[in-house]
Amino acid sequence: MKRRKVDLAQAPADIARGVDERYQVATPLRAILNKVFPDHWSFLLGEIALFSFIVLLLTGTFLTLFFDPSMKEVVYNGSYTSLRGVPMSAAYESAMNLSFDVRGGLFLRQMHHWAALLFVAAIVVHMARTFFTGAFRKPREANWAIGVTLFLLGFLEGFTGYSLPDDGLSGTGLRIASAIMLSIPVAGTWISAAVFGGEYPGDLIIGRFYIAHVLLIPAILLALIAVHVGLVFKQKHTQWPGPMRTNTNVVGERMFPRYVMKQGGFFMSVFGVIALMAGLFQINPIWLFGPYSAANVSSASQPDWYVMFMDGLLRVMPNWQIYLGPYSIPPLFWPAVVGLGALTTVPMFYPFIEARRHKDKAIHNLLQRPRDNPERTAIGAMAFAFFIWATLMGGNDVIADKFHISLNAMTWSGRIGLLVLPPLAYFVAFRVCLGLQMHDREVLAHGVETGIIRRLPSGQFVEVHQPLGPTDDHGHPIPIEYGGWVVPKKMNRVGALAPAIKGFFFPVETPPEAPVSPGMPPVTGPDDREEITSGH
Amino acid sequence: MTTTHDGGNGGSQPPVDLSDPRLSRFDIVKEGLRRDDIEIVTYESQFPGVNSKAEKRVVRNIAILLIISGLAGLAFVVFYIVWPWEFKLGDTKSDYFTPILGVSLAIALFGLGLAILAWAKKLLPHEVLIQHRHDGGATPDEQLLTGQTMVYVAEELGVQRRPLLKGAIAIGLAPLGIAAAAPLIGGLIKNPHKPENGQNPPLFRTGFDPVANNGQLVRLTRDDGTPVRPEDVSTGGQMTVFPGIPGGATNEYADSPTLLIHLRPEDALVAREHADADARNKGSMFGDYVAYSKVCTHAGCPASLYEQQTQRLLCPCHQSQFMVTRNAQPIFGPATRRLPMLPLEVDSEGFFVAKSDFKDTVGPDFWERP
Repeated sequence: MKRRKVDLAQAPADIARGVDERYQVATPLRAILNKVFPDHWSFLLGEIALFSFIVLLLTGTFLTLFFDPSMKEVVYNGSYTSLRGVPMSAAYESAMNLSFDVRGGLFLRQMHHWAALLFVAAIVVHMARTFFTGAFRKPREANWAIGVTLFLLGFLEGFTGYSLPDDGLSGTGLRIASAIMLSIPVAGTWISAAVFGGEYPGDLIIGRFYIAHVLLIPAILLALIAVHVGLVFKQKHTQWPGPMRTNTNVVGERMFPRYVMKQGGFFMSVFGVIALMAGLFQINPIWLFGPYSAANVSSASQPDWYVMFMDGLLRVMPNWQIYLGPYSIPPLFWPAVVGLGALTTVPMFYPFIEARRHKDKAIHNLLQRPRDNPERTAIGAMAFAFFIWATLMGGNDVIADKFHISLNAMTWSGRIGLLVLPPLAYFVAFRVCLGLQMHDREVLAHGVETGIIRRLPSGQFVEVHQPLGPTDDHGHPIPIEYGGWVVPKKMNRVGALAPAIKGFFFPVETPPEAPVSPGMPPVTGPDDREEITSGH
Repeated sequence: MTTTHDGGNGGSQPPVDLSDPRLSRFDIVKEGLRRDDIEIVTYESQFPGVNSKAEKRVVRNIAILLIISGLAGLAFVVFYIVWPWEFKLGDTKSDYFTPILGVSLAIALFGLGLAILAWAKKLLPHEVLIQHRHDGGATPDEQLLTGQTMVYVAEELGVQRRPLLKGAIAIGLAPLGIAAAAPLIGGLIKNPHKPENGQNPPLFRTGFDPVANNGQLVRLTRDDGTPVRPEDVSTGGQMTVFPGIPGGATNEYADSPTLLIHLRPEDALVAREHADADARNKGSMFGDYVAYSKVCTHAGCPASLYEQQTQRLLCPCHQSQFMVTRNAQPIFGPATRRLPMLPLEVDSEGFFVAKSDFKDTVGPDFWERP
């Protein structure tokens, strides 16, 4: 039989045709390849969280191969000589062995921890970006709520992971968690008994936290992240206002190849930062804390940074106990249960609250500069002042120690600060927004300050302004309407400086003409300016 | 590379005949973009011409970055294999294993990341495109069709018209749902008030309870299990003690750690005066010795920082402060309740024992605490 000639050049096309005949992918695939993404550095903050999450999944899977989530008591006999012969839980022992007796184990453990810290940090900063620019408005309210849920899940995922090694710090954290459960009115003792399988600490909690940490919470996180990113994809990303940009279009670049490559390069860079931190900066040195013992704790025991706000709230809460006959509500309940609950649920409803207040039913795809919505910016500043101050108070003992301040004075400053600073932040942010708005309008009306002072024949000094648009017959600028975007306020922003020449030792190319942006009209050259030749 | 400046809407352009053999590949791509409602504003090379000096320079830089990445990755593997990694106490080469891994992997990743970024940002043509969003819902017709279909489906099922089914569904499904939830919830529930082995429930009991020790008074021991004599604690000194029962110093008895303090005589005088004025703490001190539960009444951390000069006990977790000479009443911070006092006595052999369990409940506060 004669072999059929195979046309190799035609093979890919044949295969592609075959795939399309079976799965009808051609049209949707092209839509994905061609999808246009707007670009701005602030849109990449959420990506840092996504990339950290991928690193967490990779390193976490490695750690599970060596970690033993058991509270059975064993005697340590590993490489770390200082703890040899010390009784400890199998969980702590396996975490120790991971750090000392698994080649590269410490590196991957530290990568996992740093990636976790970065994950929550990126979520917080990404949420701030979304909030202050109004990206949560219709049609993206649901995605905002999912994002807030992701923060809460990240918080829980972080706390369960922090508890697993069963070292001195994580046991203390668990103890506080059990006290928080106990503080819940009516059901507190029952909830704590259900979670710990009896009295604290019992011998089940590490196993239960382990399955929550490696399966339950990550599965929900993964599902919600998929929905979160899927919705961004489906609803198309918001964009800043600017030349050509409207509420009904997206101005940017195609997903393939440029946008995806930039994402890939950014992923590798985030990955690199985590690797560098994991190699150079020690994190959670459990061998220094020792195994958990209910009798021991050292001063300056701080939780991971994202739990510090809650610890700070616990520290500054006054000792107000509510007595109801034979029953009582401990003060722990208010900051830990009500506080955390409110901080993670109330923000979910903010998009609806804001839309209702302004009777705003329109679809918003253009972002707002924070200054253009002073009320929202001020509310955000208020929330962050509260969060940051509470986080600082989570380290009030360290601050008191390092700066030689009385600990009691620190606690009182925490209490007063939590009440005073947020309203102050509201007021200051509001005024700053209005000031920036006015300055924008002033530059639009009069032009950019050139720094050139001209003396008039009458002896009067005036500063020469560079108008941003056309002028009228008298040379006065015709006021330009504000476009919701950056107003150039310095001469080098309107191309007054020569463009940079590439090349370190010698120019690699002939300097191009000054770029002309559709939004920013060119500046008149130096020839038009009148030189000051004489003066009295 | 081509530069295109399209005027109006991508959709307003005439469609292209794809069978036209004169079409370039870019023309076909443009037609695809047009059909996806995308308009090209700018698409231009970043370089003055083909094979320009600037382009070669960028290509060379990307190649260098990729090679650096590969070398660093190789270095990572080599160090991983050959570097002495096994931990030894002291200043040894193994201390540098993790930093070397971190730096080499970071260089490899940065090299690759920067190479990709440079490729995308410096080498690929600069492009600005506009895509139309198509926001809002479907047409009213579409909405009507789908809405009516859904309503019709509900009508087909006819639950509204058949009340018997409605009731039967409720009766049939509710127990099944509860049955699914019951083992999950029921398995977790544990009554915190249920007495164990005829003793008080663990919530209200510590290792010092003599009932669990066959009625014998429980000794105060160090964490290695050795009993404590009064002269073992110097004046003004303190010691963490545990119940002298099997496993008494382990986390099984997490509520039992106790701080035994030998007060200076003048402080002991004040402390005894306050203790004897209190119904529960009366007679609990032994000479100048007093013992308080170490478990903070706020969140359960060990309140372990004893300041001899001011007679304060500080909890390092949330900075509650207790006055040792005044029944360990809280004087600052979030704690609301005093630390329970352990009634002390010395047995016939001269060792400290607990006269009884703590009179107050140990540990963080809760709703039904007596």
